[in-house]
Parts: sequence; C-alpha cells; structure tokens
Amino acid sequence: MEDMKEVILEYVIEEYCDEENDDVTFDTPLISGGIVDSFSMVSLKRFLENKYKISIPDADASPEAFDTVKKIEVLVKRFQ
Amino acid sequence: MSNIGSYEKQLENFDWSIAEKELDYKSGDNINIGWYCSDRICEMGKANKPALIWEGLGGVEKQYTFNDVRLRSNTIASFLKNLGIKNEDRVCLFMDKIPELYIGFIGILKLGAVAQPLFSAFGDESLHVRLDNAQTTAIITQRKHVSKVRKILDQMPYVKHIILVDYDGSKPLREREIAFNMDEAEQIENFESFPTKAESPSVLHYTSGTTGQPKGVKHVHYSLISQYLTSKWVLDLQEDDIYWCTADPGWVTGTSYGIIGPWSLGITQCVLDTGFSAESWYKFIEKRKITMWYSAPTAIRSLMKAGDEIIKQYNLSSLRHLASVGEPLNAEAVIWSEKVFGKAFLDTYWQTETGSMMLTNYPGMKIKPGSMGKPFPGITATVLDTKTFEPINETGKPGLIGFKPDWPAMMRTYWRNEETYQKKFENGWYLPGDRAYIDKDGYYWFIGRDDDVINTGGHLISPFEVESALLEHEAVAESAVVAKPDEVNMEVVKAFVTLKPGFEANDDLELKIMNFIRKKLSPLAMPQEIEYIDRLPKTRSGKIMRRVLHAQEWGEEIGDISTLEDD
Repeated sequence: MEDMKEVILEYVIEEYCDEENDDVTFDTPLISGGIVDSFSMVSLKRFLENKYKISIPDADASPEAFDTVKKIEVLVKRFQ
Repeated sequence: MSNIGSYEKQLENFDWSIAEKELDYKSGDNINIGWYCSDRICEMGKANKPALIWEGLGGVEKQYTFNDVRLRSNTIASFLKNLGIKNEDRVCLFMDKIPELYIGFIGILKLGAVAQPLFSAFGDESLHVRLDNAQTTAIITQRKHVSKVRKILDQMPYVKHIILVDYDGSKPLREREIAFNMDEAEQIENFESFPTKAESPSVLHYTSGTTGQPKGVKHVHYSLISQYLTSKWVLDLQEDDIYWCTADPGWVTGTSYGIIGPWSLGITQCVLDTGFSAESWYKFIEKRKITMWYSAPTAIRSLMKAGDEIIKQYNLSSLRHLASVGEPLNAEAVIWSEKVFGKAFLDTYWQTETGSMMLTNYPGMKIKPGSMGKPFPGITATVLDTKTFEPINETGKPGLIGFKPDWPAMMRTYWRNEETYQKKFENGWYLPGDRAYIDKDGYYWFIGRDDDVINTGGHLISPFEVESALLEHEAVAESAVVAKPDEVNMEVVKAFVTLKPGFEANDDLELKIMNFIRKKLSPLAMPQEIEYIDRLPKTRSGKIMRRVLHAQEWGEEIGDISTLEDD
C-alpha cells in the first residue's frame, strides 16, 4: 500500500518545486514557506480530493492545515 | 495630530507644489527617485535610521539603514553600469520579497534605467510576453526562479544578462548568467545618480485588460510628487512609524507605497517574506511593533475568517493607523477591524495606471464603511454618463469613474502601445474602467468593473489571456473565462471549456488543466473551477458571449440575447 505522506510529498515536489528548491521534506512549511501560495492551494486540495475520493470542506482547508505534508496527511485521514 | 489635518482645508488652494517644496524640487531640476529615497535621506541626517527590517522563513532577519540602502543601491547601479546597462534600458526584477528586490529597485533608478518588477509566481509564458514587450536588457533573479527564465531564453535575444543574487557555486552558471551578491560585494561609496528629469521613465508595471496582451504602464520620475504626498497625508506616515505594506513589489502598490512612498519620507519599513497565515501576520505585528499597516481586502477577509480568538493571543496595541487597497473593501471588514483592532481600515482606490491614490478615506474624516471615500486634493474626479461621457450631476446615479489626467503620477503611456493608451480617454477624462456613484456627501461608492477583467485578490486577470492559454492544452477545443464570486478574493477565475474528441470530461483532466495554466501563466490566473460544456454561448457571428456565462455565475439577469446563436 502506498504511503500517503510519500504520495503527497512526491506530488508537491513534482508540481510546486523545481530543480533549485526540491529539498522539501514532510515538515517543510509549504504555505508559510511560500512554496504553495493560497491560489495554488486550490489545486493541491483538488489533487487530494481526487486521489483519496474525499471532499474537504472549504472551512477546513486553511493555510495552517495545509502547511506541511504531515499536517495534510492528518487532514486527509479526517475525511476518509 | 494627523499629517493632513483637515481634509476640507487642504482642498482649498491645493497645489502639488506643496510636495515639490518639501522635496526641494523646482520645475526643470533633476529628479531621481532612487536618489530621493536613499542619498537625500542620509543628507537629512537619517543615515543610521533603519530603512528596511526584513524577515524571512524561520524568523531569519536582515536590517538595513538608509546608509546601507544608499551604499548597496550605489553598488548595484555600478555593477549594472559595468555590464553596459545604460539609462532607459529595462531591467527586470523577478524575485521574492527579498532585500535585493527593494534595494535593487533603487539601484536601477539611480542608474537612470527603467525598473520592471514582475511577480515572482509568474509562469514562463506570462514572463515571456512581458519581457518581450519591454525588450528587457537584464533580469535580476534568484536560483529558485531562474529555471523559468532559462526555459524561454532562446526566444529572448534582447536579454543580455541574467543576474543571480543568491548564486552559491553548487552548479555552473549558464549562458548569459552572472552572479552578484549584494551584501558581500565591495560597497561603492560614491555613485552619481543619473540626471533624470521629471518626464524620464522610471518604472514599468504590467497590467491586464479584457483583450490583447498585458500592457506595460510607463511611469516617470515625477510620480514621486504624488507618491510622497499621498503617503504623508493618507498613510499618515510620521517620523517614528514602523510601517508594513504587505504588497509584493511585483505589483504597483509594492513599489509606489512599498518602496517610494515610505523611503522618500525616510520611514522605517518592515517586510515579511513568508506565505500568509493569520498567526504569522499577527506575530509579525507584535514582534516588529508595527504602527502603520497597509494591506488588502483579501488578506483582511482571510484574517476575519481565522476568527477573533487568535487575535487575543497577541499584543497589537502598537497599531495606530490601517489602510487597504486592491479591490473594494466591504463594509463588514471595516466594521470588523474597528471592533478587533480598535481602528478601521481606510479604503484607498487607485490602480496601476494612476500610480498613486485617487479616491481615499483620510485620517480624521468621517468613515462610511464600504465607501471609497473622496478624491485626494489635486485630483479632479467625477462619475460620467456611460454614453455621453459628460459628468453626472445627479446624486446616487451610477456612471463611469473619470479623472482629469493632470496629477504627477499618471501613467504617460502603455509601452509600445500608444493606441490602447489613447482609448482610455473620453472627453478629456481618463477612465479607469470602474463604475461608481457619488452620494449626497460627496463619497464615492464602487459598483463594479466596466469590462470583463477579473479582479482576484486585488490582481487583474485578463480573460483573454487565460482563454488563449487554455487553447494550448491538448484537450481543450474552446474556452470562455469569467469571474466567479468568492468570499475571500472577491472574484476568482472560472473557465468553461469544450473538449476535443477523444478526451473525457473528468476530475483528473480538470486538475491537469488547472495546473497547466498555473505553470504557464500564474497561480492567480489558474481557474479555480472548470466547467465542461457541450457548446459555448456565441453570437451568430461566432463571438463568445461571456456576459451570458458571467450572469449565470452571479445569478443575474442575462439581458438581451437576441444575437445569441440558434441551437
């Protein structure tokens, strides 16, 4: 079975980083670190919803909840 | 006591010479914004005063005094000069909100070159069209953004130099690239600022319209006069203030009021170069003891959404004055800010083309929550009839906002696009493209845009630009892009698409198309929603009727559809 954190991390690196800033870990601040901005967060949320067949209410999709891969995993598991 | 004192008194006998005198400028003199924001402040005895307090991720901090700004901007100007860059050449700043962006801006102006700041989240195509229009000579950037430049470099023979401000030697530099470390370079004590005059070009900001490519708004050094006085009277910047403008200098607020305004007044400003979170923003205000805070409705609404409880965890008592810009500030946000901060955010209305504030609320003036306020002294404003373009004298009647184009910071043209510039005027009035009405007390109230441009989080997005990019996706046959209402950003981009044969309309394809636009244009331009439809509403002549889709999104009457194509 795929490790959820690994899948999310891989997606974040693939979609939001380039060769010069791909040293992202499970704990790297994504939103407060400026890697994923608030507009791009919508596409990350959409990825999670498609991938894990869930629906994350907008009220729960806060910058804080999306700030690290670890936090995102917690969020996704809440809605599975 | 506020700087403006009485708004009504300032209206009497107002003349822009008030600012000229304070800046010791006389018609015909040299006027160089770079010099005014650094050397002059040092000559006034403030060399050791902090000019910039910068904080990055993890609380990393850098501080620069006005003398540091003077020396480093001299060093940057000298470095550019040695590369062969000369006055009026365009130099692009393509960076995050790092100190090199702010001080580099001053250095470019000292050289007499034209600063072309571009939002660092722009994708390669957005970057290319803007560099191509400006025929940019050099790009100052960071490692994290250089890959977007490299991708389009072959198509830009006019770009002679790519200057990396954070090169660490780990990978070899490529074609046309050169490293420059602002803090470690040998500081240049004396650099004679280029003798720019009032009408010499200074800054080139790009903005979007309904049709056509983005337009380069040309500003001149004389804009300083408006930017200085509006910063003084509206932002009320005073000697001991600690000022925070949250805007990115990739957009006009970030240069007019994130660099030129505060530094020409010798004010200390703080910059937080991290992503948004309510916690980090409140923490920053508390830690830096911010006194004047200039932000945007989108950010204010996001803070409202984070709730009032979090505010109680911070001491925000240093705040004495708040203002907002970018899109209309709704009444709820004004009332909320008064409740939680004890001060109302004062709305200010202006745009890239105007270069400085036009309609605003003032310290000491009665605030009507939701109103844009009144014209700045020296600004002749009105609301015009949409057909005759004559001023409307009737109170409360909607029309187009119009300004007499005679204030110092008014744009001088659209770069290499004089024809479009001329179309912005009717009957001698400049039309910013917004509709409003004036109430019985002379306050202006925003109604909406007069075109299809989408205002998302205070940034203008051209539907045409997004539609064109969508057509480059392999699955998209046709596209139409409109604004969709949004609680936080006021509007977001929504796309309607028809697919080419062989492609299936599903969620995965929607995400692929969203990411395609995000990378190609920018995250702001990325449709937040894509709706698949069988056919787009068109006129019989084949023109897409965006207004039908817009009305559908906003729950409005569709209006006359007599020209709609038959089924």
